[in-house]
Formats: sequence, C-alpha cells, structure tokens
Amino acid sequence: MAEAYASSVIGAPAARVWERIRDFNALPDWHPAIAESRIEGGGPSDQVGCVRAFRLTDGGFLRERLLALSDYDFSVTYSILESPMEVENYVATLKLTPVTDGDRTFAEWSAEFDCPPEREDELVALIAGDVFQGGFDALARALGS
Amino acid sequence: MVRVRRTTVLDAPIDAVWRILRDFNGHDRWHPIVERSGLEDARRTDQVGAVRNFTIRSGERVREVLLTLSDRERRLRYAIVGSDLPLRDYVAELFLKPVTDGNRTFWSWSSRFRTPPGEEETLARLVGEEVYEAGFAGVRAALGLRAGPASPPPPAPRPAIGGTNAAVERPPSRLGSPPSPAATARPMDRGAAGAVEGEAMVIARHGGPEVFRAAPSPAPPPGPEEVRIRQTAVGVNYIDVYCRTGYFDLVQPPGAPGLEAAGTVIDVGSGVRHLAAGQRVAYACPPPGAYATVRTMPAALVIPLPDRIDDETAAAVLLKGMSAEFLLHRVHALEAGETVLVFAPAGGVGRLICQWAAHLGARVIGATSSEAKARAARTAGAHDVVLPGEASLEEQVMELTRGRGADVIYDGVGRDSFAHSVAALAVHGHLVSYGQASGDVGPFDIGSLAARSAKVSRPNFAHFTDTPEKVAAITGRLFDALERRVLRAEIGGRYPLREAAAAHRALEAGETIGSTILVPEAAAG
Repeated sequence: MAEAYASSVIGAPAARVWERIRDFNALPDWHPAIAESRIEGGGPSDQVGCVRAFRLTDGGFLRERLLALSDYDFSVTYSILESPMEVENYVATLKLTPVTDGDRTFAEWSAEFDCPPEREDELVALIAGDVFQGGFDALARALGS
Repeated sequence: MVRVRRTTVLDAPIDAVWRILRDFNGHDRWHPIVERSGLEDARRTDQVGAVRNFTIRSGERVREVLLTLSDRERRLRYAIVGSDLPLRDYVAELFLKPVTDGNRTFWSWSSRFRTPPGEEETLARLVGEEVYEAGFAGVRAALGLRAGPASPPPPAPRPAIGGTNAAVERPPSRLGSPPSPAATARPMDRGAAGAVEGEAMVIARHGGPEVFRAAPSPAPPPGPEEVRIRQTAVGVNYIDVYCRTGYFDLVQPPGAPGLEAAGTVIDVGSGVRHLAAGQRVAYACPPPGAYATVRTMPAALVIPLPDRIDDETAAAVLLKGMSAEFLLHRVHALEAGETVLVFAPAGGVGRLICQWAAHLGARVIGATSSEAKARAARTAGAHDVVLPGEASLEEQVMELTRGRGADVIYDGVGRDSFAHSVAALAVHGHLVSYGQASGDVGPFDIGSLAARSAKVSRPNFAHFTDTPEKVAAITGRLFDALERRVLRAEIGGRYPLREAAAAHRALEAGETIGSTILVPEAAAG
C-alpha cells in the first residue's frame, strides 16, 4: 500500500476554504489541473455516494466516488473508480483544520493506494506534488497566502 | 462538558518540535507557567502511565497521567488526576502534523473537561490562553523562533549576527524604524538653556568601595547625536567594581562608573530621531558614568523602553540580560539537550543564564557556595547544584553527567574556577570565560584543552553591543523573554545612589542574590 501526503497553510479562515472545496463537483473552479466536471445522474454534489466524472486539462478522464463528507470536520473522502493512473484501491481525504493562532487553515490531503512497485515513487510524487500541492497553491493564490 | 482547542504553525521541522513535546516531564523547561515538574514512582518520562507532578506559577499543584504516547503519530494524551484547579475529568490531547509545504509543523492542543457551574468561560479561556497559547510561545522560544504566529511562507534562513545558529533574528526595528509621531514632537525642555543640576557618585581615586564620593554633576545640553536623561534606576554590575579598582582602565578619577540605567529623556540633540523628550529609555553601554541623577550621553545605543518593562526592571536586567542573550545565543548557540554548568547561578547574569538555558531545553547545573544560593539557583531553573564539599567540582559534575562532563560552561569567576572548569568539560566542550570575579585567570596552558578537544571563548560585551542594529537584535529577544516571563528580574538589593559603596561591598562579598540597583534620591523620594 503506497501513501501520498501533502499539507500546507492557507492564509484564510477554514470556513472560507471549505466553501470552495466542499462542492464535490467544483474542482474546475479551483484546481488548475481540472478542465470540466459533472455529477453522474445529475444529482446533488453533496450526496454521499455520488460520482463525479471529470476531465483533466491534459485530456485524462477520471471518475471518483464521494465516500464521506463532513461539514463538522471540514473533510471530504473519495475513491477513484477510473483513471489514467495505474492505481487501485485509491482512497483520498482532504481535510481542513482551523489554525486558531492567526485565523488560518491547515490543509491536509492524503491518499492510500496500490500500484506496481516500480511506479510507486513516481506516482507518490505526482499525486502529492501535482495533484495535492498544486491544489493548495491554487487555493492560496485565490484566497490569500 | 467544555471543549478547548488551540492550533498553531511553527517554523521548525516536526522532529525538532516533537523532541521537545514528547518529554512528558520536560514541560518545566519550556512552559512559562510550569515551575518545577517531577515524575512519581520512578517512572520514565516516556512510560505510559507515568504521572508528572508539578507546580504552576500561581502556586497550584497539578498531577497528570500520561495516557497515550505515539512516536508514529506524534501524539500524546494525558489526564489530570489531581489538582488544586477546578478542572474535572480533564483529558487533553496534543499532536503534531508536518506541513510538507515548507518543512514546518502544525500543532494542535485540545482538551475537554467539566467545571463548577458558571466558571466554564473563565476556565476555557485560562486553559486556551495561559496553558496552550503560552505553551506555543514557550516552545517557539525554546526553538529560538520569532515570537508570534509563524508566517505562511517559510522565511529563508538568513545569516545570523555573531555566528549564532539558525535562530531567526528579529529585524533591527527598534532603532532603525522611522520616528513615531511622539518622537518627532518638539523637545519640551529645549528652551531651558544651560545645564540641568545633578549629582553623581564619583571615585576619588582607584581603590576600594571607600573611594566613592558624592559630587555635583550637572548635565550639559545635549549636542548633536546626544541625549540628556533624568535617571530613575541605575544597574550595578561587577564590571563597575573593575572600573572602580582600576582593573579596567575605563574610569579616570574623579569620574563615575556605571554602564546601565533607565530613566526619562529630558531632551535630545540634533540628529537624534529615535528618542524624544518625555520618553522612557534605558541603556547598557559605555561610556561609564551611569552612577548619576542626570547625564548627557551619546544617543545611538540608548533604547526606548516598551511600556511593559518598568524602569527598575530595565536597570536590573538590561546589561545582564544582554550578556545572557549573547552568551547563550551567539558566543555559544545553546541547544536543547546540552548540559550547561553555570557558575554563580544565583548572581545577576548567572540567574538569567539558568532561567534561559533551562527554558531552551538544556540540562542546567549550578556551581555555587551556599545552600541559600543553591535554592536560588534551583528556583532559577538549575536542575542540579554542586557545592564545595569532599568531592571537587569536576568530580561532582562528572558524577552528575555519568562521566561525560558539561557541554558548555559559563564561568564568570576566573582565577579560582578556571582549572576546575577545564576539567569539568565534556569532549568538544566549550568554556566561556566571561568574567574574573575572583581575579585574573592568569597564564594558561592551551595544551590542557587537548584532553577534551575543548575550546575557550573570552567574549567582550562591547563587541556584541557596539551598533544600534546589534543592540536592537539583542534587546528584542531579551524583551520578548522578559515579557513571556522566561526571564524574571529579581532585584535583590536596592540602595540609594549615595550608598553605592555599600552596594559594591555586598557585591564583592558575594552576598547578593539577583540584581542590585541604585535609586537616585529624587526618584526614590
């Protein structure tokens, strides 16, 4: 089981950051790698169990299922159903924690998955770097660093 | 059930922070409200089930049991099992997470508890601010970090002044900042042309305390880059004795010794922009002449006093505290876990070194001469104290350190202690000889250091404090430490200025505990 983890501090209150990311269908609004997204079946994006189908700016196509959403913990957990990456059993969580010392946000994004051993380092770097840290950087640019 | 949570981000790698926090019994070294902490039943500090028994500054006793310790999650949980505080069923958790974006550390500290009815809010605030937030500040200080919340972008490491470690220096803002509106106000007493009447304690010749004489000492109007100060408290330092005896060639009769005082600005000369009439100020710098009611002196190294530092505190700790700052941060960059031997741990500089070194996470051993001073040293943070006895100083230090010796020794005693200090050093140890209260060290065989691959420093206060930028950096960290009560001024002797001779006699007799100050009569009355 491989693990990827990235964390950052975003210079905005956690509630404001959460407004951006709680919408499971809103990735194109804030993540630079995502071009377009829709919820399969046209249901609400905060319905646990819903599936988002989205296309990356490089053309890749993914489907992800919402496994858990918590407005109390500011956390969202999802799994990959289909992706161009060679990963299986991929489950990721994005979680926000208020930093009381300065009204900022500690953001953590982690994933566990299975993959061919020889590709593990590359995939961990891609996921922690381009996907997770790339998302944090975009949030920081949009909401304040 | 009350719930409290505080979180912060520290500009330090997670392992450095966890090293400090995982020591369940080490909180008396970094938490400003924890006085002394001990473990019950001979358990180890990382033994789950261990009970730490400690006193907090307000006097209450607390016993807490370690419920969880995880090096993997960098998490610990503990509960209060006995306390004078009205906190019931108190269970707390703290954990660290890495901020991978910048090699920083997220720290969460939270608890839940019950209180007597109506006290929920007060106690929640007390726990959140005086325990958790104060703890954040304490660990920041222990790590040598800038006070206050870490800035979101990690600061680039910058070269530190005077060969310190990577501790972040505060920018020299105190002296270099643009003048505040108050500082540009017109000096009020400017029109009073001519000198301001005053009196100084001067030395008739170099010699014993009996050479002091009171003499009229008017302060002339300040010239360019000068300031005239009405002094309210004057600090007494051992260097004043050297000036009086002529050991240091700094004061020619009939001059006045003294390098440290606090007071209020009467007026300033042209070109002085960081000070203004009516402002509270202090200084710890040459030229000597502080034993006076009023004086006119160069303004560059005179600093405005923050409101929270009163005049007597400033006079009592400025020079000693600045010394402690560069001894602990610049001459030797003290690190958590090092063993420090401090001579004269009940004296002015020694006490501050003990407080600060313990706070930084060092193991502090004091070397002193009486039970009373040993108690004072322990109160200041010394974990152990060695006294003259059957075993020599170095034998006692070796026994306390299991044969290892001290990593750094702060020795202001000089002749009587020097050889013992060399023998008490650890391999690669550092002997910092910063004074000679018992007399000159004299000729010294450098070959004796080879037995320990040791080094010796002989720092000179002037070289660390000769520019406004250096003074601002040192006093910035010093005032922070005072404000956070890492350092506590203790004024052990307060004499009228005219009784300077008595103050010197007490200092030379080794009778003083804490700092000694002189109070000009006008200010005293």
